[in-house]
Amino acid sequence: MTSSRTTSSGTKPSVVLVTGVSKFLGGNLAARLAADPDIERVLGVDTVPPPRDLLRRMGRAEFVRADIRNPLIAKVISGASVDTVVHASLSSTPASSGGRTAMKEMNVIGTMQLLAACQKAESIRRVVLKSTTAVYGSSPRDPALFDEAMTPKELPSGGYAKDAAEIEGYLRGFGRRRPDVSVTVLRFSNFIGPRIDTVLTGYFSLPVVPTVLGYDARVQLLHEEDGLAVLERAAVHELPGVFNVAADGVLLLSQAIRRAGKIAVGVPRGAVGPVGRILRGARVVDFSPEQMRFLNFGRVVDTARLKENFGFTPRWTTVQAFDDYVRGRALRPVLGAERLASVERGVLSLARLLH
Amino acid sequence: MREPEPEPTPDPAAWETGLEQLLAFARRRLSGDYTVDEFGYDRDLADSLLMPAVRPLYRKWFRVETIGMHNVPDTGGALIVANHSGTLPLDALMATVALHDDHVGHRQLRLLGADLMFKLPVVGELARKNGATLACMPDAERLMDTGELVGVFPEGFKGIGKPFRDRYKLQRFGRGGFVSAALKTGVPIIPCSIVGAEETYPKIGDIAPLARLLGAPYFPVTPLFPLLGPVGMIPLPSKWYIEFGEPIRTDQHDPADAEDPMLVFNLTDQVRETIQHTLYRLLSQRRNVFLG
Repeated sequence: MTSSRTTSSGTKPSVVLVTGVSKFLGGNLAARLAADPDIERVLGVDTVPPPRDLLRRMGRAEFVRADIRNPLIAKVISGASVDTVVHASLSSTPASSGGRTAMKEMNVIGTMQLLAACQKAESIRRVVLKSTTAVYGSSPRDPALFDEAMTPKELPSGGYAKDAAEIEGYLRGFGRRRPDVSVTVLRFSNFIGPRIDTVLTGYFSLPVVPTVLGYDARVQLLHEEDGLAVLERAAVHELPGVFNVAADGVLLLSQAIRRAGKIAVGVPRGAVGPVGRILRGARVVDFSPEQMRFLNFGRVVDTARLKENFGFTPRWTTVQAFDDYVRGRALRPVLGAERLASVERGVLSLARLLH
Repeated sequence: MREPEPEPTPDPAAWETGLEQLLAFARRRLSGDYTVDEFGYDRDLADSLLMPAVRPLYRKWFRVETIGMHNVPDTGGALIVANHSGTLPLDALMATVALHDDHVGHRQLRLLGADLMFKLPVVGELARKNGATLACMPDAERLMDTGELVGVFPEGFKGIGKPFRDRYKLQRFGRGGFVSAALKTGVPIIPCSIVGAEETYPKIGDIAPLARLLGAPYFPVTPLFPLLGPVGMIPLPSKWYIEFGEPIRTDQHDPADAEDPMLVFNLTDQVRETIQHTLYRLLSQRRNVFLG
């Protein structure tokens, strides 16, 4: 009973495999796809089981405990006749994946194995990759906005950004070898929202937020719900290509910190590395060097292609998404808007009184 | 010096509005309640803090006079191309104030700056907040396409860092990238000639090893700097003229002509010649560097 309902942009998938379901995006994507009655089966793969409430939300999606670095993943794909793979397991934080070596292994070797398995499987029709705008790097020589055709000014020297750039390269190779498969690369900006856990959500909830002295990065974000909606749309429709995925508008880092009611403390650029390492060592925030570069120079991408060709306009702007995160986490503002307003009224009435 | 004007009797209403505005500004800044565009231009900060900070320099110190302001369109994209001089980019700041204050459309000049500027702490941050962005084709085209007034100094460091003996001699105009960008977007090019900036910091020497040490394009020696230390950093109060010339239309060309090197070179030369001739004319009319 394969449902081959044709949509305007291709056929709906019948068996979907999602990687990285123990994390927010993978797990919730599996849950959303499982709620779609047109999709026959949803397989969620990860090395560790999702947290209990996430597993419950995933409903009829089947959790397969497997390591994508292991060739066994090919058996899972061919055994279930998977036609759509959403590779959402790319990790950006070394600490959560057991160190940088393990992270690189998981990201790069895992993707190579997964793509090798996909190449062999006749049933595969569509591959969707969750990538990152970090592939554009972050430097003072950057144009204000990156579009999908631009390449980074300075190639990412390591970490998450380099992994993502390498993985995109493997996926391009895969696309050449299997021209019958539709390949979608989604370059996401930093996620934010009340439920997702990222480096940035940890960073903004610090009571005193370290920034690079004398620099104010432009920060573009994406609400977690918009991120899920884009992944779901890419899984369900045939939309091949590379797309930047980010919300409209930007926040300056200093402005975001003020909106969260926190206090920014400028750290001289030379001391940023050691401070980052201390915070990382103390397991406060898992800063990697490329994330520190991002907080130094920022990055904004052009989303015209997302809106026109992919057919998706994010519901939240960067500012709205950030405010939703601040409200949802109930961050305790050190300098709240109400307190500021009452100080303002107080000063005014005092001045009138004295005059 | 004129007679000091009698203190105006403070109008309680005006006094109160002033305080109210100041407090509202402080509250907006502290709560992050303002918008910034994709390039990082922070209009709230630029209009309320940065512009008032440089305005005295424009009005009182350099007594800038503008000529041909009607050549700058009230709305829509345009490209201002100006000569660059004076060791420190004060000419960029003064052109920004001129178009913001003395133009009927109160236009914000979006400057295209060198990457070195964005590498520097504080300077790069303030430049972006004041509407500047990196001088590169994608940014220039994006700004012109969205109807912004873009400002460019094609001489770059060759112009601003040239020795005092070469004053008002235009340097090479790069590769004409600004002309290509204007051709692609079809916006007019407005030549802008700035007189007075050369004399603010007459660069009579250059300590190259120190410049290399600091990673700067040059380390200037002026008659007062570094001799007098920080006092030497006060610019000389030369009298300034900023003249905007006739716009050079680019919309009768095809956007594909941006790839035609001959046309690009010819237009670049035309702009350069116009600015050079205007500079000579303004200089011949000037009787005194400081009094005008």
